[in-house]
Amino acid sequence: MLIKSSKQSDLKEHQVTDESVYLQRRELIKKMGFVGAGTLLSSAIPSVANAKGIDFFSSKAEKTFQRYALNFTADSSKNSEILTPEAKVTSHNNFYEFGTSKSDPVKNSQGFNVKPWQLKISGECDNPYTLDLDDLTKSFALEERIYRLRCVEAWSMVIPWVGFELAKLLQKAQPNSRAKYVAFETLHDPEQMPGQASRRIGGGIDYPYVEGLRIDEAMNPLALMSVGLYGKTLPAQNGAPIRLVVPWKYGFKSIKSIVAIKFTQSRPTSTWNVLAPSEYGFYANVNPEVDHPRWSQASERRITSGGLFARNRIDTLPFNGYGEEVADMYRNLDLRKNF
Amino acid sequence: MKYKVIFFKLFIHLAALLPLVNAYYLALTDQLGADPVESIIHFTGIGAFNLLLLGLAITPVSKRFKLSMLLKVRRLVGLYSFTYALCHLLNFLVFEIQFDWSLFFNEIIDRPYITVGMVGMLTLLALAITSIPSLKKRMGKSWQKLHNWVYLAVLLVGIHFYWSVKSEIIEPSIYLFITFMLLALRFKKFKKKIKKD
Repeated sequence: MLIKSSKQSDLKEHQVTDESVYLQRRELIKKMGFVGAGTLLSSAIPSVANAKGIDFFSSKAEKTFQRYALNFTADSSKNSEILTPEAKVTSHNNFYEFGTSKSDPVKNSQGFNVKPWQLKISGECDNPYTLDLDDLTKSFALEERIYRLRCVEAWSMVIPWVGFELAKLLQKAQPNSRAKYVAFETLHDPEQMPGQASRRIGGGIDYPYVEGLRIDEAMNPLALMSVGLYGKTLPAQNGAPIRLVVPWKYGFKSIKSIVAIKFTQSRPTSTWNVLAPSEYGFYANVNPEVDHPRWSQASERRITSGGLFARNRIDTLPFNGYGEEVADMYRNLDLRKNF
Repeated sequence: MKYKVIFFKLFIHLAALLPLVNAYYLALTDQLGADPVESIIHFTGIGAFNLLLLGLAITPVSKRFKLSMLLKVRRLVGLYSFTYALCHLLNFLVFEIQFDWSLFFNEIIDRPYITVGMVGMLTLLALAITSIPSLKKRMGKSWQKLHNWVYLAVLLVGIHFYWSVKSEIIEPSIYLFITFMLLALRFKKFKKKIKKD
């Protein structure tokens, strides 16, 4: 029998600083600094001191997510479509981890911390590996791709992404013969993502968000791993630091803030498909012939600029206009059943 | 008393109209979110529902707190609810569907949540038209019968909202709960009616 006699100087369990408090120590010191500076200033310049006081209470909201310029080769395709303005691309987002309203993510994600970040590539492959934050922009040559993005809600944008082909990232892992599908997973961090902490904010989705592609879809040259848009690294609300872009599928397939990519033998689950299988299929190819049960998919509104009277309703194209590059993959598939 | 009512009515006019005018101004000049069409549709839809619930709360509140003045503005609140609902429908036709009439009628027929909303809208239209005092007088007892349909309308509006969202059902659930509460307050009235029929 082990008899442990404790000395009076020994620390008890309850005396241990809670980890969350421990991790906030720098934040605390910073804030104390603000208070100190504030009091000093208050005697000298009252108006500035007031501003500092506000700063102290709203230091979280005042943060802006930092973006950096990227080196990349420009898109050489002759895409003549009008780009969606950057301000709209970055303020109209479906990213329920940061709130369900389109304007929530930009508001709630400015303090999002991507350092450190790890993207693990694993599963049915011979060379599983991990990419750190810096590797995401340095491991593969970056190129710009101007793609149409068609949301399942029948609106669309044209966005100049910066990234690299998903195929390059996958090939490096040397998938084996059992790799039939590729599964993706978003970061799960309820402390940073309020939608994951509260069902009210997160729209009642089970997190982490997951998505999947067939291996041939994932290897298609159009499938892009995006690390930036409009020449700079991704804003948090658009899926920083790395996201998928599959331009011939509805937007919800283009999973954001990815931490894991896995080669699998069987078909992986995808979040919206699990939530409402009759409304959101696994394939989710853009298809004007197959309506969403609650709205038509035959046409869409292209978001560029202009107010209410912008006549922006256009026909939706099969595979979002990328049929030449991708239709072959679905030759033997009934696209009405496999929507 | 008379001046009080006039000021109260003026207040309601301003409280209902100013946000509406402001929202349209922002939407027309592309300042109401990245997609002003979606924003204005949601704004007018939820506004119509809020005003409808407010209108339905007037009778029980005025009875409970003996505020007869409230009853004098009930019609006005109801008419503003209809105004917002009409804007909601017109936004859908003019800015969302952009006068694609075949798509407009197809959506109303094919999409249950839009069908339900449309039936609610037509009910409100009937109530708005018959709110004209001379018509009300001429209708006699059948006026109240017709206006009892507001209970159906509010239920349809609640279902329309609940059905329209993708997964974020908490807000529409709260609205449905308030709707049921307001209907429950009329329980006696419904019971009497059923006995009589």
